[in-house]
Amino acid sequence: MSDLHLNIKVWRQNQKNDSGHFETYKVTANEHMSFLEMLDVLNEQLVREKKDPVAFEHDCREGICGTCSMVINGQPHGPLAATTTCQLHMRFFKEGETIVVEPFRASAFPVLKDLVVDRSSFDRIIQSGGFISVNTGQAPDGNAIPIEKDKAGKSFEAAACIGCGACVAACPNGSAMLFTSAKVTHLGLLPQGKVEEEKRVQAMVAQMDKEGFGMCSNIGACEAECPKEIKLENIAYLNRAYLKSVFSGE
Amino acid sequence: MQWLVQFFSSGIGKKVLMSLTGLFLILFLIVHLIGNLQLLKDDGGQAFNLYADFMVHNPLIKTISYGLYFFILLHAVLGLLIAAYNRKLKGQKYAVSNSQKTTWASKNMALLGILILAFIFLHMGDFWFKMKFTDQLNLQTYDGVTVKDLYARVSIAYQELWIVVAYLVGLFALGFHLWHGFQSAFQTLGLNHKKYTPTIKGLGKIYSLVIPLAYAIIPIYHYFFMK
Ligand code: SF4
Ligand code: FES
Repeated sequence: MSDLHLNIKVWRQNQKNDSGHFETYKVTANEHMSFLEMLDVLNEQLVREKKDPVAFEHDCREGICGTCSMVINGQPHGPLAATTTCQLHMRFFKEGETIVVEPFRASAFPVLKDLVVDRSSFDRIIQSGGFISVNTGQAPDGNAIPIEKDKAGKSFEAAACIGCGACVAACPNGSAMLFTSAKVTHLGLLPQGKVEEEKRVQAMVAQMDKEGFGMCSNIGACEAECPKEIKLENIAYLNRAYLKSVFSGE
Repeated sequence: MQWLVQFFSSGIGKKVLMSLTGLFLILFLIVHLIGNLQLLKDDGGQAFNLYADFMVHNPLIKTISYGLYFFILLHAVLGLLIAAYNRKLKGQKYAVSNSQKTTWASKNMALLGILILAFIFLHMGDFWFKMKFTDQLNLQTYDGVTVKDLYARVSIAYQELWIVVAYLVGLFALGFHLWHGFQSAFQTLGLNHKKYTPTIKGLGKIYSLVIPLAYAIIPIYHYFFMK
């Protein structure tokens, strides 16, 4: 178990409309720590020095809640593919390295404090139509309608989206198409969700535009950074479903 | 009609417009190339001049060409508006950015587009405008038919090194723009499937190499071999 001596250059911003700046701290972290645990060490140090700890979001720390948003050395959730910040271990960094930590950047995700951004725009996209409005029953009822293996698989893959927002953070257009498309595909491929697809897709796209997310130009930065490996094919599905709802819908 | 207005005011609707106009322009590039390869013929410009005369007088071609001008403008103006809108929404820049697995072209479509637009102004100002709206071109008679000698104008233009270089820069930008744009147009229309997407991507790469190269032959050939 060896220790790493790191320089953590982190974004500090007191509140929403402050201009903010970088601060660099020396941190000694064990290589088996997760990135968040390394930040815990830094914060304990700051508290001991009677300084303001670095605000960052976290909840599950097992890669399923999607709250641990931050950009590490220019990549949302850091350098490891298909890995959230909480699952990223310090052994992937080098001894003596300077690690730059920034909040997600997008005007629809305003910074609240340090690394914490307001991602409630995602909640409102879900509220606008990312659900099935009837009760579909208990778990056994899930098997009442047979679903093609291939479709079930694709739906499940899309359902893996944890709503973390890394796609928006990575996108040079600040677009939320990967997130929204994952939700639309997840529900739309299942017979229970298909029924409301037209309404869903119209409402979610309108909400996405209203929240101030940019327009997708198929750069693919989102797919490359998504910790759950959501694919660009989902965006094509969303475009298809949207076109269908416009041209053949009610 | 309100549904249509609503569609085009959505983000996806605007991108669909970009995709459709882009695909139309991709088709145009082929037709334009085929016609203009006649500039390489060693007949003193007869075939090309007759063809050019036909293109500016045939009513059907005329109608299509107005559509073409409109689509070029729509694609350019909307593209720039979208780029400006997106840039504003992206907010503050990252101190370090390390974006993975993305092409340079995909992130610089607006810049490439501006270069192409500048090129189109130069190109149309020099040939199309002079052909259609001025009497600057000499006349040539072939078998009793008198037409404007656009060929001579083109040939003279391509003796100027700076024009040849400007064309090559424009075509270079076009190649990069197509490198991303060709396949992106299909994705925006929702056409992405493992059955045909690899073919579309392959075709897009071939197209964005071959078409600009073929165009480039014309000024280069004139500069070096048709003094
Ligand atoms: S699509 Fe991927 S990057 Fe975007 S919110 Fe979902 S899990 Fe996060
Ligand atoms: S803390 Fe839940 S995904 Fe990282």
